[in-house]
Amino acid sequence: MTTAQPQTSDRSVGPVSKPAAEPPIYMDYAATCPVDPRVLDAMLPYFTEKFGNAASRTHSYGWVAEEAVEIARERIAGVLGASAKEITFTSGATESNNLAIKGVAEYLADKGRHIVTCVTEHKAVLDPCKYLERKGYDVTILGVGADGRVDPQAVADAIRDDTILVSIMFANNETGVVHPVADIGRICRERGVLFHTDATQAFGKIPIDVDAMRIDLLSMSAHKIYGPKGVGALYLRRRRPRVRVVPLLHGGGHERGNRSGTLAVPLIVGFGEAARIAAETMEEESARILALREHMRRRIEDEIPEVVINGSVEHRLPGTLNVSFKYIEGESLIMGLRGVAVSSGSACTSASLEPSYVLRAMGLDDELAHSSLRMCIGRPTTREEVDRVVDMLKARVERLREMSPLWEMVQEGIDLSSIEWTAH
Amino acid sequence: MAYSEKVIDHYENPRNVGSLDKKDPKVGTGIVGAPACGDVMKLQIKVEDGVIVDAKFKTYGCGSAIASSSLVTEWVKGMAVDEATKIQNKQIAEELSLPPVKIHCSVLAEDAIKAAIEDYQRKQQAEASAAEEATGS
Repeated sequence: MTTAQPQTSDRSVGPVSKPAAEPPIYMDYAATCPVDPRVLDAMLPYFTEKFGNAASRTHSYGWVAEEAVEIARERIAGVLGASAKEITFTSGATESNNLAIKGVAEYLADKGRHIVTCVTEHKAVLDPCKYLERKGYDVTILGVGADGRVDPQAVADAIRDDTILVSIMFANNETGVVHPVADIGRICRERGVLFHTDATQAFGKIPIDVDAMRIDLLSMSAHKIYGPKGVGALYLRRRRPRVRVVPLLHGGGHERGNRSGTLAVPLIVGFGEAARIAAETMEEESARILALREHMRRRIEDEIPEVVINGSVEHRLPGTLNVSFKYIEGESLIMGLRGVAVSSGSACTSASLEPSYVLRAMGLDDELAHSSLRMCIGRPTTREEVDRVVDMLKARVERLREMSPLWEMVQEGIDLSSIEWTAH
Repeated sequence: MAYSEKVIDHYENPRNVGSLDKKDPKVGTGIVGAPACGDVMKLQIKVEDGVIVDAKFKTYGCGSAIASSSLVTEWVKGMAVDEATKIQNKQIAEELSLPPVKIHCSVLAEDAIKAAIEDYQRKQQAEASAAEEATGS
């Protein structure tokens, strides 16, 4: 794959991605990451010889497991500037979001029944909100600007006397756009409203300080930071204000009653180790990844005509890029990039034919939203991989545009918006 | 999503990509779909003595949409116009083993060939009446 491939057909314009002998270049780190070998090494003993139940108080098996869990809890709290007691382990960010939103809503039901969130949130936030709407709660869904960011003033304007929770994500999963979290936190604190942020994409990638940013609840996931799948956590502030939630799962009263169920010790140990590595390497790694992403962005903008970078470039996670290639359709582009693993939006929605609701909320028309690609650079990504991906992209985009009636019309000077299309 | 081998083959080696002169009275052009829906097909046929002698397409859309239009151009070449109007989306979907979510691609390809034939027939009628007027005056 490092050398130019032989042309298999005289119709081929660029390198044809044959079913590759080597695996495709992975550029979907916002969907999930491989487990870091150091993380796996840390986990393995807790499957076998250190198999104890962290809730067993009567023997050393239990004590060993409990100690390992508490070390992990410390490490995760450390990334946030929080204390260990404020971390509740869950099965992942979806559960954390559900526990935060439904848990607060139920606990504070007597105080008020209004929740403020944002249109570009992950479904794991929007769907619990919709569920609460059916239960009689009132949900305000804020829009975003063309840069993908929510306006803190809009949050301030949406807060009412009966508002109990504001839930705005830290960074968006499709675009990587980072919201003005500290400003939103300040507004919520001033108004006495709890502030939850889904930090699944941001945790371990960019600095987060729950005190400085006045965050009251924060959702995290291990597998986005080279930890194992199936484990996450929810930060619940203990002081000023103390946040309480009604649990989703009732049972043995684990995790201070917030989340019953035997702790997944090996997964939690892995999460802790992944958090330790993320915190230690964040500065260096984010600079390296940002440089690679900017190299990729510049090459795409310089070498491929008619592209649109979706979302703020300034307020963005280091590794994520979302690009629309005008006049070609995203799925056909991905099909042609079999040497690369990328997605046309979030992994949870890429099986559907609907254009991305996140991009549409940013004011992109359907055609541009249909033409988008999300590329994410991660810890293992090399500059050579980035260059190979851009080369493949260039060739595919050119080839698909030669096949595109829209591209042909635009080349002929036809204004596409002047055409009466037959909707179907 | 897994694509059938035939879809991949048409996508990688599309038959008859290109354009015919849409002003040529022998050429019929059909453009169906909408950019907002994620697919637009342009299908053109060239007819001589009631037989489709050439066909070209350009498609904006997913791999299944590209394959459906590519397949149709392959089928209609050498076909009588009357015969081509009988092409059904089911045949396209079957040939390409399209999954249920991609059936609309085959529907669009059927619409495209029908639209191209209608355009050709409209042109022929316009020519015939123009010829009539010319002889009548």
